Amino acid sequence: MTEGTFGAPAGEPDLVQLLTPEGERCEHPDYAFDLDDEAVRGFYRDMVLTRRIDAEAIALQRQGELGIWASLLGQEAAQIGSGRAVRQQDFIFPTYREHGVAWCRGIDPLALISLFRGVDNGGWDPAEVNFHLYTIVIGAQTLHATGYAMGMQRDGCVGTGDPERDAAVLAYFGDGASAQGDVNESFIWSAVFNTPTVYFLQNNQWAISAPQEKQSRIPLYRRAAGFGFPGVRVDGNDVLACYAVTKAALQQARDGGGPTLIEAFTYRMGAHTTTDDPTRYRLQDELEHWKLKDPLARVKAYLTRNALIDDAFLADLDTEADDLAAHVRAGTLSMPEPDLAATFDRVYAEMTPELRAQQEWFREYHASFHPSGGAADGGAPHAEVTR
Amino acid sequence: MTALTLAKSLNAGLRRAMEDDPKVIIMGEDIGRLGGVFRVTDGLQKDFGEDRVIDTPLAESGIVGTAIGLALRGYRPICEIQFDGFVYPAYDQIVSQVAKMRARSQGRLPMPIVIRIPFGGGIGAVEHHSESPEAYFAHTAGLKVVACSNPGDAYWMIQQSVASDDPVIFLEPKRRYYERAEVETEAGEAPYPLFASRVVRDGTDAVLLAYGPMVKTCLEAAQAATEEGRNLAVVDLRTLSPLDLDPVYELVRRTGRVVTVHEAPITGGLGAELATRITEECFYSLQAPVRRVGGFDTPYPPARAEEDFLPDLDRILDAVDRVLAY
Ligand SMILES: Cc1ncc(C[n+]2csc(CCOP(=O)(O)OP(=O)(O)O)c2C)c(N)n1
Repeated sequence: MTEGTFGAPAGEPDLVQLLTPEGERCEHPDYAFDLDDEAVRGFYRDMVLTRRIDAEAIALQRQGELGIWASLLGQEAAQIGSGRAVRQQDFIFPTYREHGVAWCRGIDPLALISLFRGVDNGGWDPAEVNFHLYTIVIGAQTLHATGYAMGMQRDGCVGTGDPERDAAVLAYFGDGASAQGDVNESFIWSAVFNTPTVYFLQNNQWAISAPQEKQSRIPLYRRAAGFGFPGVRVDGNDVLACYAVTKAALQQARDGGGPTLIEAFTYRMGAHTTTDDPTRYRLQDELEHWKLKDPLARVKAYLTRNALIDDAFLADLDTEADDLAAHVRAGTLSMPEPDLAATFDRVYAEMTPELRAQQEWFREYHASFHPSGGAADGGAPHAEVTR
Repeated sequence: MTALTLAKSLNAGLRRAMEDDPKVIIMGEDIGRLGGVFRVTDGLQKDFGEDRVIDTPLAESGIVGTAIGLALRGYRPICEIQFDGFVYPAYDQIVSQVAKMRARSQGRLPMPIVIRIPFGGGIGAVEHHSESPEAYFAHTAGLKVVACSNPGDAYWMIQQSVASDDPVIFLEPKRRYYERAEVETEAGEAPYPLFASRVVRDGTDAVLLAYGPMVKTCLEAAQAATEEGRNLAVVDLRTLSPLDLDPVYELVRRTGRVVTVHEAPITGGLGAELATRITEECFYSLQAPVRRVGGFDTPYPPARAEEDFLPDLDRILDAVDRVLAY
């Protein structure tokens, strides 16, 4: 294990925190949480439910129902805080781990799971929910985000003063991604064109087995200064602070104030994905240390201490989580198999003769094994995930 | 009809595409005030403004990656890559993102992007300025790849590419930029479809298949061959993906003999694909194996050796001799 991954910024003046690990509200000179306690209850619910989706997906993977799953365990506050700061007209470019952000966008978890089950590459319509497809190639989406933000500028959706119209882009990536050329090109681009791009870097300390120190010799939020825009580090396990900081950055972007880099200092409590083994690269101490900062526990402590929730609330939430898990499980198991023949139709707007010939050949060949036709037999309609 | 160079034809075609559709934007390095290193975008920024003819930072992945975001937002970006050898930093964005976006999204997200690449050698340039990367792109599902060979095609094909809802890799034969021909700039629509090959010279003894800069070389070779009493057909493929080979098969059935010609290295090049398809389709009509003429499997050589590297009349006619010897 390497030094410096845990404990480093706690209590540091450059870490924005509005709720301590003990569940006490605190002040920050630049950022304030401006919602009421009802909203905090809502955030807690969001975090509990996304953690439950995650747990169910891991179980499904263990049972062989998913090929792989990228867990968000430990990153719920970063994702719900930032995801709830977004307006309808804003557009989000996620990585492959933003299940909590997708939740905030109203995307059925099954539409995410279908990617990991191998049924499709993401079962939602990005244009409908303003949430792009998950991007697997590390960092590539940050450039798409900048280009999309340039489009918003061109469309007159920045700095008009109309809250219904002004929009921004929120781009997610990780500490490992910060080393990618594309991310750095995206920073340059956004700065040069002053685009409404907010970068939300979830520093979960690890890129698979590589610690943050292998990606950067300076705290990541400080990178922004070198590109000419503000960088801010927020306690990524503090949902109130993540909300407040993201909201402010998005507003600045919508107003025409250009990009911001937010580094959410957090921790990936599980494996990188279900295929890796964190015991090979990190020590138990580190995990124990971060468990004390659990993003859910501190909100619960705050809500309990201030009598904002009671046993009935928690029991209801439990039931809701159980129902959600059952929905995820049943929905996963009943996903129709994808139809290879249909994939040929989605390569081009204008089909090519060669592809058409290959498709016809495949259909006939496939049909020769399944003469009666059936659900998985080439002609089946494509598996649409229910939203 | 106006006599235009290939570069000027592209300029006129781009201009018309921009006039026709306000969503069309051009982005690249040095394309604004300078008009691009080959002046293909000359004057466009002056007339359409810096918002539509965008001088970008010097970052190829950024050019293509941000074009993707713009396309997602409803724009039709045309990316200029300054030279063939500099497309590789953008390779990931082209191959993994542009090419796959429609399929990944179940057909929901179109990528109406044109990526213009001046390609090929023959201009005495330093290294990385004379590459023929077409096979990389033709091998990639989701991309369409075209190459123009003359001013008329340049004018029309660029407009057709911009109008296409599929991403198009648009290859410009840089050593032909300054060759001139009459162009129908007034016509209402293109004389040929974008994805169609053309028989540019009919013949009875053998067929030469070429695209981009080698079309002219093949026409010259065919002309030279007449002195030996040989009558060679020449096909300008124009589209490398999808391939349009029906007119080719037709000629192969008549002549039984084929030579493919490109500047790119032979191994895994377009010629290999053409030879295989012709063999699959016209096996009983062939009188000789399909013969490939191309660059060698070496990195593009220093400029003073490029004459030996690039297919020329002699290399082409030597291959013709061989296929006729069967
Ligand atoms: C360009 C690229 N290289 C390598 C990989 C394989 N890979 C997948 S996730 C990952 C680590 C990413 O770390 P980080 O950016 O910190 O994000 P995290 O998964 O920790 O959220 C790697 C190396 C990839 N997907 N893309």
